[in-house]
Amino acid sequence: MVNDKNSQKIVDIIQNFARKHSLFVLAYGTGCGAIEIPPTMTSRYDAERFGIRGAATPRQADVLLITGYLTTKTLKRVIRVYEQMQDPKYVIGFGSCTINGGMYWDSYNTIKVLDKYLPVDIYINGCMPRPEAVIEGFIKLQKKIAEGRADGAKQYKENFEWYRANQKKVLGPTTPHIQEYNW
Amino acid sequence: MDILIKILGAVATIIIAFVVGMLYGGLNRKVTARVQNRVGPPFWQNYLDAFKLVSKKTSIHHGVMQHLGPAFLMVSSIGTLLFIPILKGNNWFPNLSFHGDLIFLLYLMVFGSLGLALGAGQTGNPNSAIGVTRGLSQMVGFEIPWVMALVAIMIQYHTTSIADIMHVQEVHGWLMFQKPFAFIAAILAMFGMFRYSPFDIVGAPAELASGPVSEFGGKYLGLMMSSGSIFAFVKLTLYTDLFLGGASNFIELLVKTFLLYMIPVSYGLVSPRYRTEQAVRYFWGWPSFFGLLAILYSVIF
Repeated sequence: MVNDKNSQKIVDIIQNFARKHSLFVLAYGTGCGAIEIPPTMTSRYDAERFGIRGAATPRQADVLLITGYLTTKTLKRVIRVYEQMQDPKYVIGFGSCTINGGMYWDSYNTIKVLDKYLPVDIYINGCMPRPEAVIEGFIKLQKKIAEGRADGAKQYKENFEWYRANQKKVLGPTTPHIQEYNW
Repeated sequence: MDILIKILGAVATIIIAFVVGMLYGGLNRKVTARVQNRVGPPFWQNYLDAFKLVSKKTSIHHGVMQHLGPAFLMVSSIGTLLFIPILKGNNWFPNLSFHGDLIFLLYLMVFGSLGLALGAGQTGNPNSAIGVTRGLSQMVGFEIPWVMALVAIMIQYHTTSIADIMHVQEVHGWLMFQKPFAFIAAILAMFGMFRYSPFDIVGAPAELASGPVSEFGGKYLGLMMSSGSIFAFVKLTLYTDLFLGGASNFIELLVKTFLLYMIPVSYGLVSPRYRTEQAVRYFWGWPSFFGLLAILYSVIF
């Protein structure tokens, strides 16, 4: 509870407590992993007891759940969705495909390492990870939030040029993609 | 000194309405979870959600009305709250209830939804526009039986003051039993007012991406959530005052409002969602019929 540079302020501790127990999840069902989300949220595994609930739009969401591989086409949409979310925001990479490409390791139109394009806070490995693993991942994220270490959004802001360069490299220079959005 | 006590009473009323409304929202989630055979979030989950939403950063700008819409909603909730007598014969929370307040309340209760409609329209999200049109259609539906029930009461007792209606009930007994048709019409209209299933056509999570609020995040969503909780308390207290004889202490108020609250919640738990025209047709069917019966009953007897 000491108010120095290496620990959190008391107000941060209180805010992080509320943040950790109230995660609004935007599940971006890009790949096959989307099928693991319904059992996680509904009666069998009941993620709501941890304060995890679905959000309808990126504006309301705290967590962006990337469930599986991302093609270059969906990457554009994911970047836009991520930039529409409000701080503090977290990204969970879900399944092997977000870590190293998984079974799409030699595909010509999927990205391999998600962390090069968006700042990932927690990876959940497996192909597919079962709902138990998903909930375990969420609890890890909650721990990170409570300790104040879930700062992916901050890294994204600080290394914005690097992320943008990576994104443009894979999306191509001529694509009318990442504009400067007028929010 | 008198004005100071009034201000303190008003602030206390707002805090109580917020706490109780949020608590009911949390209990609703818990009850829903138990019915669906799961553990569910703790009952204080809504407080955490609201606190987190308020502590989020908000950097969205679509126009002036977008910022004013949630404020209108809050103003409407708090305004309505202050015009309703919370406890019977109590000097602490009379707030602003004066003669003729029932008709005034009918207007004021719509104000928040219209403000939100303007705010949602400014965001330019198509889901918001669809949600707003659905919400206004639904309001046209349930306002008719609701107004009919109130008019029946006004005709019967020659008063539009809530305080007078509460006084009448001390003499004659609860209006729930004295005017059963009006009570039935009002309860059926309440389903639409609370927007739980089968009348959750405005929010419609899987269909409209939460409708009018789809572009509002962070602090605005927190504000809307708090104002919705306050408004739920307002509606429940109004129903208690009008039909259940009011409450003379807080325990009684909590018991009565909670029992009333469980009516739309439990009906919603076993219902799927209506389409818009089905919802409107529903309200113009049996609820309006009971409203008409109530008015005829008042006029004839």
